[in-house]
Amino acid sequence: MCVTPLGPDLLFKTLADPTRRALFERLCREGEQTVGALTARAGVSQPAVSKHLGVLRDAGLVSDRHAGRQTHYRALPGALAPLVDWTSQMAGFWERRFDDLEDLLKRMDQ
Amino acid sequence: MTEPDTEKRTVVVEREIAHPPERLWRALTQPHLIEEWLMKNDFAPTVGHRFKLTGEWGGVLDCEVLEIEPQRTLSYTWDFASDDPAFALESVVTFTLTPTASGTHLRMEQAGFGPSQKQAYGGAHAGWKAFFDKLEQVSARID
Repeated sequence: MCVTPLGPDLLFKTLADPTRRALFERLCREGEQTVGALTARAGVSQPAVSKHLGVLRDAGLVSDRHAGRQTHYRALPGALAPLVDWTSQMAGFWERRFDDLEDLLKRMDQ
Repeated sequence: MTEPDTEKRTVVVEREIAHPPERLWRALTQPHLIEEWLMKNDFAPTVGHRFKLTGEWGGVLDCEVLEIEPQRTLSYTWDFASDDPAFALESVVTFTLTPTASGTHLRMEQAGFGPSQKQAYGGAHAGWKAFFDKLEQVSARID
């Protein structure tokens, strides 16, 4: 499994752009594709698609493979590990619960 | 090497609370107060007591009181049973209270075996859509 060195914040930022996210989703759903094939359905120019793919690659979300004049991209969903790790989810859960706990303790004062 | 999805893991969340341990202890052990900050429950402060925590999402956690030392330590199991290993959770939650000059230092440690990440990925494709729908909302808070 590929684990990105980036934390959740950077992953979220990388995937917050709708065009970039759509490209990543397509690679997840449909497997490896060329830049040309991705551009044909992306609704933006090939340079724009290439730029988005570069950002995804730098974030460890996709990898590229050169074959002749074509560049193929595929998704590396393991890069999302920091987002689905149960311990980070639970830490967030407890932080929110403790916020509520502190609110409750204030009310108990009265 | 251990398989990642069978590895025991620990979450620790700590907070300085501006209230004395006695008051905090009540909030941790009285059912009507637990409900206000955590979940609906049928908790009782007795070792061996089995209870349920019911979340707003409808999920039910199976719990059993393991250890009680008034105003110091409270420990119970925190299990979520599911046939789908992507959701099952087996853990123990331990609250430790330490008096401080300004109130209480609260430490929560949750240790156990969480949802299988491998399984979560396997089933992830169907979940991508919902998952990404939430990304934008969450990411808006990050900057």
